[in-house]
Amino acid sequence: MQPFVYSRAEDAAAALRNGNASLPSAVESANQYLAGGTTLVDLMKLNVMRPRMVVDINALEKTAAQIELGAQGLRLGALARMSAVADSADIRKNFPVIAQSLELAASAQIRNMASLGGNVLQRTRCIYFRDTSYPNCNKRTPGSGCAALEGINRMHAVLGTSRDCIATYPGDFGQALIALDAQVEVQGQDGKRAFPFAQLHRQPGASPHIETTLKEGELITAFTIPALPFAKRSLYLKIRDRSSYEFALASAAVALDLEGDKVRDVRIALGGVATVPWRAADAEARLKGKGLDDQTLTEVANAAFAGATGHGHNDFKVELGKRTLTRALKQAAAMEIPT
Amino acid sequence: MNRAAPDPKQNMGKPEPRLEGRLKVTGEARYASDMPVNNPAFAFLITSPVAKGQITAIDLADAKAVPGVLDIFTHENTGDLKHLKYDPQGGGGSTSIQDFGPKIQHDGQIIGMVVADTYEAAREAAYKAKFEIATEKPSAGFHSEGVKEASPKKSEPKAGDAEKAFDDAAVKFEGWYGTPTQHHNPIELFTTTVAWNNDELTVYEPSQFMYGLKNSLASKVGVKPEKVRAISHFVGGAFGSKAQLTPRTGLVALAAKRLNRPVKLVATRDQGFTIATYRAETQHKIRIGAQRDGKITSFQHQGWELTSRPDAYAVGGVEDSARLYSFGAVKTDVKNVHADRNTPGFMRSPPVVPYIYALESAMDELAYQLKMDPVELRRVNDGMKDATGKEWSSRSLMQCYDEAAAAFGWSKRNAEPGSMRDGDWLIGWGCASAVYPTHMGPAAARVQFSADGQARVQIAAHEIGTGILTVVGQIAAERLGIPVENVRVEVGDSVLPPAPVAGGSTQTASCCSVVAKACDAINARLNANGGTPAPAPRETVGTGTGRNHEETFARLGVATLEEYAEQVPKEVKPNPVMGLVVDPMKKLYSGSSMLGGGSHAEKLMYALGAEFVEVRVHRLTREIRVPRIVGAFAAGRIMNTRTARSQYMGGMIWGISSALHEATEIDPRYARYTNDNLADYIIPVNADIQQLEVILVPEKDDLVNPVGVKGIGELANVGTAAAVANAVFHATGVRVRELPIRLEKLLTA
Repeated sequence: MQPFVYSRAEDAAAALRNGNASLPSAVESANQYLAGGTTLVDLMKLNVMRPRMVVDINALEKTAAQIELGAQGLRLGALARMSAVADSADIRKNFPVIAQSLELAASAQIRNMASLGGNVLQRTRCIYFRDTSYPNCNKRTPGSGCAALEGINRMHAVLGTSRDCIATYPGDFGQALIALDAQVEVQGQDGKRAFPFAQLHRQPGASPHIETTLKEGELITAFTIPALPFAKRSLYLKIRDRSSYEFALASAAVALDLEGDKVRDVRIALGGVATVPWRAADAEARLKGKGLDDQTLTEVANAAFAGATGHGHNDFKVELGKRTLTRALKQAAAMEIPT
Repeated sequence: MNRAAPDPKQNMGKPEPRLEGRLKVTGEARYASDMPVNNPAFAFLITSPVAKGQITAIDLADAKAVPGVLDIFTHENTGDLKHLKYDPQGGGGSTSIQDFGPKIQHDGQIIGMVVADTYEAAREAAYKAKFEIATEKPSAGFHSEGVKEASPKKSEPKAGDAEKAFDDAAVKFEGWYGTPTQHHNPIELFTTTVAWNNDELTVYEPSQFMYGLKNSLASKVGVKPEKVRAISHFVGGAFGSKAQLTPRTGLVALAAKRLNRPVKLVATRDQGFTIATYRAETQHKIRIGAQRDGKITSFQHQGWELTSRPDAYAVGGVEDSARLYSFGAVKTDVKNVHADRNTPGFMRSPPVVPYIYALESAMDELAYQLKMDPVELRRVNDGMKDATGKEWSSRSLMQCYDEAAAAFGWSKRNAEPGSMRDGDWLIGWGCASAVYPTHMGPAAARVQFSADGQARVQIAAHEIGTGILTVVGQIAAERLGIPVENVRVEVGDSVLPPAPVAGGSTQTASCCSVVAKACDAINARLNANGGTPAPAPRETVGTGTGRNHEETFARLGVATLEEYAEQVPKEVKPNPVMGLVVDPMKKLYSGSSMLGGGSHAEKLMYALGAEFVEVRVHRLTREIRVPRIVGAFAAGRIMNTRTARSQYMGGMIWGISSALHEATEIDPRYARYTNDNLADYIIPVNADIQQLEVILVPEKDDLVNPVGVKGIGELANVGTAAAVANAVFHATGVRVRELPIRLEKLLTA
């Protein structure tokens, strides 16, 4: 850890004044926002992130931590803690995939600290990114190469990768948001704007060090999820090496709208296998209007992983990802929906 | 009584709560780095980012400019430190690689240490120190170019003509097995604090061998041993990693002397992967020839073990795998493979964890080949003699199997792989044997007994979480006929009489034997002066009832009687590997550990057990869970059923971890550990351990040592991995022969 200036912002305007100097999404940015601190402080201790100024935005909790469910849908303040949202009875009933994606993540201690805004910006767990003694990491040091491509890459991504980076997006909640067509509300020097959550993260391409489309100093203030009645039949299935407190090897966020045996509508997002929260739109299209028979499910899973590439240790994630999606869809179809 | 405190059966002691329990749960117990020293400076290590190379230049300008930095130590200013002889038996140096450069011989080798007024300044400066290193291509592991195979000096049991017996056998089995690199990761990190007072120094460091630490550090810094005091009242987990002197300790001592100020080092978690020891990866080839009734006529076990370039560390578990059953003929072989890695070392049950995993997996495969129940296969090969004709001192393996099998419900098992299901979950049941040699070392103790019925026991034993304080208190209470509350036990300080290394599961047997001897000497003096005779040692260890000695003490004209005792077990002989012997007590005082027992005693002395495991594997996604495990263990006299159960429970959980999770990943290009933290080095969490049952099987063995105790600390994590692997085969029909068993190994099926 290197010395830094700590500044506590009492409101969004103050936060923006201090935070506007740099891109919060870039690892090397000199100014960083601090909410729960579960990613930032960790990476600072590891010397991966060396901000010169840390802007504490926890005081914004007064105005930006609300959980509101209305006819239009769900609005979640960016400073709401993961545990608070996961515990909400309304969310558990109407959007189980959201509650599950949050409560299957991390540990109870971390969920009590971590904010939703920070959660979606959680940085990768790539071992080469997190250990500065490896010189070659394009995400940490642009242009230095990628140690994971031919290294130990069991936990790495098979979708959305590039020659420059195969780091996995580690989060769970992001899959729920992207599946449900969520919007992100942000506030910046030029005022407020909102855009689809699907546009927040950038695939690594040739510049893996820039992870999001946030502009200089922009602060995430809320997520809105449109009303989706069939989200009652939704779930998050997370497959991992142990029962709790572990990142996904593969996960699936699914929501199903059934009409008899046929699928009227469906939402599918994949986690643990991709460089960003991953919506499997082709797979959704294949399932609409069909039944959940084995042949259809095979086609759907194949469509979801068309174009997936393994890098050795993680080759198994293609097959595991397909099976995870199949299992998630079957489980969702079998759900008993409370009225 | 409750689950944590089982009722004592025959030859078992009461489940006395841990004497230090309250201190620990209230945070008052002081571990080494908690010990207060005056105005400490703080150290931060700099470790090598490459596994092989040469430091060509060091630039410390930026690092030294950090406010608060006092000094930086590198190979350029640490030449005063002496080279310590590497001692693979424990007590001496943990590795021959002790220099901080310029030659770099493994990943994470210490190449520098910053000392500053604060921890934060030291850390910041460490990140700013620049080392230029000319890198060479390292050899990482078994299959790397440039590794060298050699024969370590290990015992390789042989009996009869195993090759011919194999050729003649009606049923033949051959199999390869592999185990990965593993790290101890005790929760308490590797810390060292040193304070000098003129030419004397005190070292506070978590240690499994106080006299080893004291003597080795004295040699390292070039002072007489009497100038060194080592203190380690409590150890927050060690598992073998804190039994020898690692290079950091001399460095901290040197820094404290140069700066004339106490220096405190708390190494980071990732540094712990490379500055201490670990369990190296192993490979095994097993060949078994058997009759159709299951009787094994030929057992052949070859092992390959990875180690560093300079040091021939090998665990050589064929010594134990060759004894476990009454094999007809036996042939064994152990090889080292030398690579550019740090030197491995003891890790809980060093020889038996990998070697018995291989044997017990092979036994299950043979049982399927024979279409025999695996428990019955063990019964057919059970016997009181090994292939060389040596007899067991006691052996309760099948009692353990029968009790555990009954508790588990083994008779309901359908042996057909994949035949048992619960919805989408495939169910598998498997079992395996646990075994650990019964060791004992020389030990000394001092006991004081006062007219008011209070006793004080002094022995430099090691409270590494095993409960040694409590069981030593119990034996003194029993022998002196007083309640355990009246006994004060002092351990973890090199000013006390020496205990052997807390390795090889020796502590309870060794310490209790010598404390009993000192107590008996006190009783003899009391009895010679008309005291009430002490109650005869009882079948079970318990707290004694009050004895009135006031008159006897008055007659003697003293308030306190004190006895110092030494106990050298008759099994302590020249170690057949090292081939040297001096007076064992002198050796102990000078910091060498000598253990007797196991397969080297007159009789085969071993603790045994049987473990049964249920696994569930999801039909589609193949994740593996262990909802249930039952273990039954027989280990002579059990001093305390509470601490014994706790040891077994921890062992079984570690065994599950070893089967499914634990592996240190090595990037073969760089010979570097990549998952060197507790987020990526996976162990079970609470949710992974559901039903766990420990059965204490009564056993009496007066041959092993005066108190009849077999060590149990390293028993229950042996065989578990095989039991899990066998259960996974039963569930899925997939035989995984390389640990850990991760879901990708089951996906293709």
